[in-house]
Amino acid sequence: MCGATKGGLSLDGVDVAKEAIVQGVVTKDGQPVSPAYVRLLDRTGEFTAEVPTSATGHFRFFAAPGEWTLRTLAPGTDPSDRRVVASKGEIAELEIAL
Amino acid sequence: MSRESALVTAQWVEDNLDDPSIVLVEVDEDTTSYDAGHIQGAIKLDWTTDLQDQVRRDFVSKSQFEKLLSERGVSNDDTVVLYGGNNNWFAAYAYWYFKLYGHENVKLLDGGRKKWELDGRALTDELPKREQTSYSAKDQDKSIRAFRDEVVEAIGSKNLIDVRSPDEFAGRLLAPAHLPQEQAQRAGHIPTAGNVPWSKAANDDGTFRSDEELAQLYKEAGVEEGRDTIAYCRIGERSSHTWFVLKELLGHENVKNYDGSWTEYGSLVGVPIALGDEPGEAPAA
Repeated sequence: MCGATKGGLSLDGVDVAKEAIVQGVVTKDGQPVSPAYVRLLDRTGEFTAEVPTSATGHFRFFAAPGEWTLRTLAPGTDPSDRRVVASKGEIAELEIAL
Repeated sequence: MSRESALVTAQWVEDNLDDPSIVLVEVDEDTTSYDAGHIQGAIKLDWTTDLQDQVRRDFVSKSQFEKLLSERGVSNDDTVVLYGGNNNWFAAYAYWYFKLYGHENVKLLDGGRKKWELDGRALTDELPKREQTSYSAKDQDKSIRAFRDEVVEAIGSKNLIDVRSPDEFAGRLLAPAHLPQEQAQRAGHIPTAGNVPWSKAANDDGTFRSDEELAQLYKEAGVEEGRDTIAYCRIGERSSHTWFVLKELLGHENVKNYDGSWTEYGSLVGVPIALGDEPGEAPAA
């Protein structure tokens, strides 16, 4: 099963100790934003993955350790970029307020 | 083929929603996406259950494809317009698949579901009703499908394009980062393959870049136009996106998609693999 599931794949059955997870929620005026699209860009700015937010505005990536940029696209707003550092065995948690 | 014959805009789709000879088809990696909301009149194809054999790793047979499209109410004369999430990865895969079985009129909605949503256009959960047809497919067009032996032989002699992200190409990631990274196959890429991530062919909203920009992109990456080309990714959907660009938008002659892609190649015993950001050398014969 291979799924760019809305909000990102569930962590059920995933060995979190082996993954460098980046996850969070997209909000506007305190409310979750859906649909929105969150893109994971590598250190050179190249696209690595993209997830549509869930109904609650959530997203999740399984990155490699290192520096990444999250670019968020939502209807009626300009793209917004956020830097994040991922580490193996850890979950980097972000709130992206548009 | 050209941009005019292979692509339609979101506005064109909206203007033609009530034309019964146009069948909108949604194909998503997330197969539940359609159920929550789709473009009015669109039918769903599930790439995991409808388009793949359920026992061995292969596509459904010609007769199974005929049965599928007949049941879903698609006829040979219909114009099939495909769209989906993930910047049309799976819609491009379905486009290539329809071409594999010889459907005449197939188009891709430029930007796919994302562009439609970002434009704020309407979605519905109402299911369309289409009358059963008797669809007739052609034999698979093997001139657009590459198999593993041909890929191994292509090392150092054909254009090999790895369209995965740079980190997957180099072996730092084993899957696109919306998926867990623990995978069975080896990491890396096919020696001599150039890395032209599929995403370089698309704008942030998922629409394709201009023909001039696309031609420049592949030229700079060393793709020789007179040479046969094989594109691959992890499971063959992102490389369908690049196959679409080279074959349908830019009109290159001999372009194949290797649907076995890295999940097959990276599991083969004894084949050469290159690691790191450079294409690497063909092994000495």
